[in-house]
This record gives sequence, C-alpha cells and structure tokens, in this order.
Amino acid sequence: MISDLFSVTVLVGILASGIRLATPYLYAAIGETFSQRSGVLNLGVEGQMLLGAFAAFYVTLTTGNLWLGLMTAMLVGALMGLAMAYVTVNLQAQQGISGIGFYLFGLGMSDLLFQKLMGTVETVKGFPKIHIPGLSDIPGIGEIFFSQNILVYGAYLLVPIAWFVLNKTTLGLKIRSVGENPDAADSLGVNVGRIRYFTIILGGILSGVAGASLSIALLNVFQQNMTSGQGFIAVALVYFGAWRPTGVLGGALLFSLINALQLWVQVLNIPVPSEIAVMMPYVLTILVLVTSVSKVRAPSALSKPFEREN
Amino acid sequence: MKKVFESEWVSRLIDGLLPVFATLAALLVGAVMLLFLKVNPIEAYKALWVGAFGTSNAFAETLVKATPLLLVGLGICISFRGDVINIGGEGQMIIGAIVATWVGLTFTTLPGWLVITLAMLAGFAGGAVWGGIPGVLKAYFRVNEILSTVMMNAIAVQLMNFLLRGPMIDPAQAELASKIPQTARLLEIFRLPRLIPTRLHLGALIAVILAVLVYILLWRTTLGYRIRAVGQNPHASRYAGIKVPRYIVLALLLSGAFSGLAGATQVFGVNYRMITDGSASGFTGSAGFNGIVAALFGQLHPIWSIPASILFGALLVGANSMQRVVQVPSALVIALNGLVVVFVVSSEIWRQKRQRRRLSVARQDGDSPPPADEQPVPHTEAGT
Repeated sequence: MISDLFSVTVLVGILASGIRLATPYLYAAIGETFSQRSGVLNLGVEGQMLLGAFAAFYVTLTTGNLWLGLMTAMLVGALMGLAMAYVTVNLQAQQGISGIGFYLFGLGMSDLLFQKLMGTVETVKGFPKIHIPGLSDIPGIGEIFFSQNILVYGAYLLVPIAWFVLNKTTLGLKIRSVGENPDAADSLGVNVGRIRYFTIILGGILSGVAGASLSIALLNVFQQNMTSGQGFIAVALVYFGAWRPTGVLGGALLFSLINALQLWVQVLNIPVPSEIAVMMPYVLTILVLVTSVSKVRAPSALSKPFEREN
Repeated sequence: MKKVFESEWVSRLIDGLLPVFATLAALLVGAVMLLFLKVNPIEAYKALWVGAFGTSNAFAETLVKATPLLLVGLGICISFRGDVINIGGEGQMIIGAIVATWVGLTFTTLPGWLVITLAMLAGFAGGAVWGGIPGVLKAYFRVNEILSTVMMNAIAVQLMNFLLRGPMIDPAQAELASKIPQTARLLEIFRLPRLIPTRLHLGALIAVILAVLVYILLWRTTLGYRIRAVGQNPHASRYAGIKVPRYIVLALLLSGAFSGLAGATQVFGVNYRMITDGSASGFTGSAGFNGIVAALFGQLHPIWSIPASILFGALLVGANSMQRVVQVPSALVIALNGLVVVFVVSSEIWRQKRQRRRLSVARQDGDSPPPADEQPVPHTEAGT
C-alpha cells in the first residue's frame, strides 16, 4: 500500500539503496566531467563500463582476488581511453560518433568474451560491506551512510577530490583552459593534446571502475549488456550537473533515489505498472535537462577537435 | 612536384574507398581476435560469407536484414547532414511499430492494401513524433539531442513492455498462465507482399524508392538545402534568414519518421506481430544503432547507403551462420561494427587533408608547393 512507503524501515531502505545505486553513476560521470571540461565528449562510457564490468568479474571469478579484478577493470578502461584519445586528439575524429563506435565495440566485445570464456551467468562474492565502527550503529543513519562497501565510499570520496583537482590545482586550471579556449591555452604553453589524453584516459579508468562497481560490488554477477544504458545516463548527469562534481553528485543522487523508490514501489506491490515506474527516472532526467541546461553554458570547446594553427 | 599531386578523379576514388579500407581494417582486427579465440579466421569469414550470400535464400535474408538498416540510415543521412546526432533510432522504431501494429489490429474490416498503407503512414508518424520531441527540446530548450534521444529509447522500451504485457497483449496469451508479452498476429491480408518466394518483402523495395526520394529531398529541394546549410554553418544560415530551430526540429522529426517506418515494416513484413523480451534490441535487432553505422559507411549519402546497408545486413546474417559453423558468438559482429564506425570517422582526416591540399594547390595556381603544414602529417605523436 502507498502508506507502507512512509514507514521508517522503508524510507531507510530507499535511502540506503539510493546511496548505493549512485555509485556507478558517480564514477562514470566524474570521469566524464574531466574529459568534457577539457573539451572532449566521450560517448563510449557505456562500452568502457561493460568491458570494465566483465574484466573485473572474470578476473575475480578466476583468481578470487577482488582487487586484482578492480585493477584489471581500470587497465581495460585506460586502454579504451587511450584508443579514444588517439582517435579524437591525433586523428581529430568527430567525438560523438566515434564514441558510439566505442560503445558498440564494448557492447559486442564484452558479450563475445562472456560467451566464450564463461557461457553461463555465475556469481562472485563481491566487496563486503564495511561497517564503520560506532557510526554504523546509529539507527537509520548508520544503515544509510556507514554500512556500504568500499567502492561506494570511494565514489563519494571522489567528488571532493575531483572538485579540488578541477578548481584548486594548476592541472585543473589547465584542464579548464583547454576546454574553454584551447588556442589561448596552447599559446601559453599548455600542451592541449597531452591534457586531453590525460582526461580521456582518466575518464576511461573511472568508467572501468564504474563497471566493476556493478559486477563485483553491487550486483556481483555479469550479464550481457548489464549496464543497460547507465553509461549514457552518466553522460547526461554531467550536463545535468552543469559540469561540476557537486552538481554531478546531486544529479546522481536524485536519479538513484528515484530509482530506489521505484524498486521499492515494486517490492511493496503498490499498484503502479512496473514499466511506468522504471520509466520515471528517464522522464525526470529529460525534464531536469529542459529546466537546467539552458541556464548553464557548456565548455566552449566541447566536442571540437583542436588543431594547432601555424 | 609543383603541380597537382593527384587528379580530382583519383582523389574522389580514394575518398569513396576509405570506408572499404576501414571495413577491411576492422575485419583484420576481427581476424586477430578470432586467432586469440583459437578459431581459424579464414574458416570463420568463409562461414560468414556463405551464410550471407551462399544461396538465394541467404541473400534474401541479407536483404531482409538490410531493409531496416537502410530505412534508419536514410533518417540518419538527413539528421547528421543537419548536424543533429540522432541516437534514438531504437526508440523511434519501437514507437513506429507500436502505432502501426495498433492500426493493423484495430481496423480489421478494411481492405488489406488500405490497412497496410495506413499502418506504414502511422509508423512514419509515430517515429516522427518520437524524433520530433528531442528536436523541439534541442531547438528551443538547448537540450543535447544525444542525451534526450537515448532517454527516449529507454522510455520507448518501457512503453512497449507495458503495452505488450497489458493493454495490447494477445487475448489468447492473456488467458494463459505463460502470458508471453506479444500482440495478436496480424491478419494474413495485412502482411507486406513478398517479392520472390523467399522472406524478402515489399519493405525492401519501399526502402530503395525512399532512398532516391531522400536524395532528391536533400539535394534538389529548398527544404533539404536548408537542412544541410544549418548543419554546415548555423550562424551563416541564421544571417541568411533561415529559421535555424525549425530546421533542427525538421531534421530530427524526419529522421525519426524513417526509423518509425523501419519498425512498422519489421512488424508487417517479417514478424507479423510485436513481441518483447524486455530489451530494445529484442525487437529492433539493434537496427537503430546499426543503421547509423550503415549510413556513416555510405558517407551519409542516401544512394550509397543502399550497398552499405546490404553489407551490414550481410554481416548480421553471416554472423549467425558463423556462430553455427565455427561457434563464434555473433556478438563479434557488433564489436566489428563498432570498429568500422571508429575507423570510418578516423579516416575523415585524410579526406579533409587532401581536400584542403587540393584547394591550396588550386589557389596557388600550381606554381609553388603547398605550405608545409598542409602536407600529410605522419602520426608519430601517439601517446604524447
């Protein structure tokens, strides 16, 4: 019943799963924030996540070592990022379309490897919940914030780090200047190509972690196309968050809480068709994009290849 | 070396062949992947070829698969020419199919030709609406169309699942415990006629005719000219008095319409009903994405998109036979399609470089060599 939604247990449950579900979005969207701030639209996030998810899962399954799995996902993401960087920086290919190419590559490749190497859906024991002593015993709050696994904590830690790097360091200044005015940055001696290589590869690594967070921390399985559009949503969250880590955090939380809400609506058998419930986060994202995007300006050089003028 | 380096003709030929080189490169990478999977690439590709072209049935199947790719691809030619990136083919196909199916299941007393015509038009209109919404959002609210079309895909899938499990479910299935999420079958007289005694249906012919019409639209009408002008330079277009937002909406709307028609032809020409496995690709076979690949391969030219669609239709059909003969999952072909896209957009740089060199040579009357910075740059800077 609707009133069941408002019991304390359910509210705590919704908040706890909302916090948890935001994890892959945070990693992927923070990574995408870096590349977009440097002027590169990476639409291959979904493909990087899928390959990362598979790599992490398969290595964990065969070696039993979660950290090795995570590292492999990061490596795979970095390699995908490297390829994307070469194509968009050196070959100046159109970013949106090449991103779709990398998406299809990751989609097909992760499926192919899954069928060839595993064949059936299996499960692993993922990263365990870490109960922070003292804090996790606080009723409600403890379950929501202090009884999550390490990748969830990592995702939230990433937000202030990303904010600091982008706004308070020379590197961040270089990244932003390359995204706003690459010609000026270049004339001041900033190596535009190198900065973009850095941000695209960083984005790839974080997308890999995002995939791993699904396959070895949240769901602990791998299936074909298991990200089912989350990488694209992560890209949307960057626009939603106005290219700021804090904005991305807000967007990821909002999106995930609504998702958690619709999951609980289904669990509690509230008479709303599940398909309509699943649809809601997407409808909401569009609505928020309509109301927010027009007020904020994207990085000026976003999706424009840089060519040095002599 | 002071004269033009290559004749216009040779240059154009190289430009035209770039996608072919890109495909060969992708197949080469695929061969390496096959070796890693301990499969003989020659055997695998032979199975692919035989599966796609070996018999007249196989070739007909290739054309059946090529049909939605071409229709989606025609829409992509329009939208990408207008510099609008429509990733929403999947959702637009689904909506077009739903509306067309509804027509087919509702007007059961009307004559077959009329219902087919109405259903195709309905599919066209349904896709147009689903594409037009992101168009309006982009033109008037500055919402990135890549994102909104992806969201619209997710919404369309859920809408399909909802309708096929509920309001539109086959009455026979509604009685059963299994409740397979599918609509009732269309009446036999509502099926798109077959062209030869294979599964090839009228939709293929419609698609080819439309390819010619889209060519005429883009290069022989004011509407097409304006869509392309907005795509090439929105600022100049605005100064020239073109209402830019209107043509952005039109580009996405038309693009969606062709995808919607693709969805409608799938129902009326191939499956004769809608059925869902819960995912978009379960219905579309990812044609909404692969159509983009085909159109890019055809250099966003409606006529060239015809052979391009046949090529990718062949890859899809051949992939299934490859799976049967050498046990390589057909997902390999999705990965290769991705590589083709990457290689095709990457090879653009050589085309642009040659074009610029041609211009500069022409400017200098062939008397002095082109400036150093316009020489082809060897790509030695990887990793810097």
